[in-house]
Amino acid sequence: MSGTFLGLPAFPEAAAAAVQDERLRANLRHATGTIRAKRARAVAELADWAELRAAAKAVKDRTLDRLDHYLVRLEQNVTAAGGQVHWAADAEEANRIVTGLVRATGEREVVKVKSMATQEIGLNEALAEAGIRAYETDLAELIVQLGNDRPSHILVPAIHRNRGEIRDIFADRMADLGRPAPEGLTDEPAELAEAARLHLREKFLRAKVAVSGANFMIAETGTLVVVESEGNGRMCLTLPRTLISVVGIEKVLPTWRDLEIFLQLLPRSATAERMNPYTSLWTGTHADGPDGDGPEEFHLVLLDNGRTDVLADRTGRQALRCIRCSACLNVCPVYERAGGHAYGSVYPGPIGAILTPQLRGTETPLDASLPYASSLCGACYEVCPVAIDIPEVLVHLRERVADGPRHRLARAAAAAAAYVLDHPGLLRAAERAAARTRRLHPRRLPGPGRAWTDTRELPAVPPEPFRDWWRRNRG
Amino acid sequence: MRVALFATCVNDALMPSTAIATVRLLERLGVEVDFPAAQSCCGQPQFNSGYRRACEPLVRRTVRAFAGYRHVVAPSGSCVATVRTAHPRIAARAGGGLAAAVGELTPRVYELSEFLVDVLGVEDVGAWFPHPVTYHPSCHGLRLLGLGDRPLRLLRAVRGLELLELPGAEECCGFGGTFALKNAAVSAAMAADKTAAALATGAEVLCGGDTSCLLHLGGTLRRQGAPLRPLHLAEILASTEAEPWRAP
Repeated sequence: MSGTFLGLPAFPEAAAAAVQDERLRANLRHATGTIRAKRARAVAELADWAELRAAAKAVKDRTLDRLDHYLVRLEQNVTAAGGQVHWAADAEEANRIVTGLVRATGEREVVKVKSMATQEIGLNEALAEAGIRAYETDLAELIVQLGNDRPSHILVPAIHRNRGEIRDIFADRMADLGRPAPEGLTDEPAELAEAARLHLREKFLRAKVAVSGANFMIAETGTLVVVESEGNGRMCLTLPRTLISVVGIEKVLPTWRDLEIFLQLLPRSATAERMNPYTSLWTGTHADGPDGDGPEEFHLVLLDNGRTDVLADRTGRQALRCIRCSACLNVCPVYERAGGHAYGSVYPGPIGAILTPQLRGTETPLDASLPYASSLCGACYEVCPVAIDIPEVLVHLRERVADGPRHRLARAAAAAAAYVLDHPGLLRAAERAAARTRRLHPRRLPGPGRAWTDTRELPAVPPEPFRDWWRRNRG
Repeated sequence: MRVALFATCVNDALMPSTAIATVRLLERLGVEVDFPAAQSCCGQPQFNSGYRRACEPLVRRTVRAFAGYRHVVAPSGSCVATVRTAHPRIAARAGGGLAAAVGELTPRVYELSEFLVDVLGVEDVGAWFPHPVTYHPSCHGLRLLGLGDRPLRLLRAVRGLELLELPGAEECCGFGGTFALKNAAVSAAMAADKTAAALATGAEVLCGGDTSCLLHLGGTLRRQGAPLRPLHLAEILASTEAEPWRAP
């Protein structure tokens, strides 16, 4: 994934710092709280939500089971419609392909549709190294790019910013990347939107190359689908001469009809809208001459970058069903307090905690800490429109981490605890020893125990365990 | 009717009052209670920390301890959820016929409010508890067991009890087992928000169905010096005019 995330601290340290940031806490509480309530209302409107969810899960699972078949079919149909398909095994290969394609056009800049896949591979940085400027055109991505910041949410990358901060970023930075912000810009949402519109319009009209991702790819027709709210994506998809789409291989759907399910689930889960505002679909290059809508040249880069490894894991593969709606982030009490940056990945929140360690592995302290970034409360699974049992995968990945070399001590401790629990004589002796020494127990613990006693009293150990009460009274 | 009490290890070692209250409540309702001494921990802390294999002996022990009982009752949503959802997963990978034994036990294990409402068919258990109470539905009971409003129905039928709605009740309290240690800062922030919401209701008692969550919230409240006491649902339901609940 993107190099900008290398060398970050493990989740607990980053989250502990974020928890202290009052402004971040307030921004996130307000934003996630609002969308959480709206989503619940939007979902409650559909009587057949549970059936839609089951259908989406089934379609995705069926597709993942025969992914090779559907991808080849997709390639055939994209090619037949005038597009070119490229296969990228990892981030480096994908970046090399895209850089080469842009270079071949002779252009030095591209406009971008909001895309998670291109962030995952660090495409903007790779293009910059090749002397090509990539301009983000999604409003929130623009805020992140102008602020030299990192995204902290899948759908609302600048969720950690309030409008005052956004005004300052626009006023300070827009001039460096193009049209400056208007004089006297305030933090009124309409003014901020107008400033972004003017800044971006210049880029849309000039751009000859666009880079996008896709929410869905339809195998039977070779059609790609982008779902967005602003219309900026559609500008990129229709105006430039060349369109390059970088899409994870798990985004394929077998048939056009399957879209029916996902275009109901996605907007309600993501933005609490009944229908998505801008849904763009295109099939290859445009067929009606050089003046028609859409690109004259279309490239599809199919990205693996660890996905086939995820697919090989029977429990973990359900993460590939994800349609990037962010409902799990918005409902997660840990995300709300830790913020997205603590997850050290373009995929934050509960889905990030199961996707990142599968895509990147669990070797670094950060990646190994992600499966533990959850109280296993299950709110994410409850709202997930494709029924990913995130707690199940988290525990599964904890097992992978716990089996690793760095966990020998903890593994021995867990085995010792289980041994005591499996030997009632030992357990009773331990309980009694604790009861007898209870007046001596300190109020605050040293070492790792401080994690509890810094903010909480220890439970008072009772004079006798329940076993002894039972023996005295009922035994 | 004879039932086996699955006291759970946390109640056994740290909160015997919850298990004692469960015994008194069930006996008052005419149920004969056994405590199979071979029982121990369900393995939840190990399983949720990624030590699945360490749980195998505990799953075998649980199956053995409760063999022959038609009903096994536990005053803990998360331990029952572990038996229902984790034990089959552990058993499936363990082999040796454990999966069949677990499959035979699982449907006989009930969380306390399930047993009262679904099996005994009572909501008014004859309790008396003249205090304002707010209820926190712990996540595993709420989402993994689907307890719904069973605990609230039981509380509403308690004489003298004023039930105050807890805003944001369905949000996790931040305990999460080892999460409370591994991510102490976030856990503490969640506990602070939960206790603030509970205090704002004006309740004297914060009721829950999972002792671990109550130890976490109770420890936070005591550190704050807050005038709110955590109590398990079983303790409130065990309280009567003749034998009122008393602080131990």
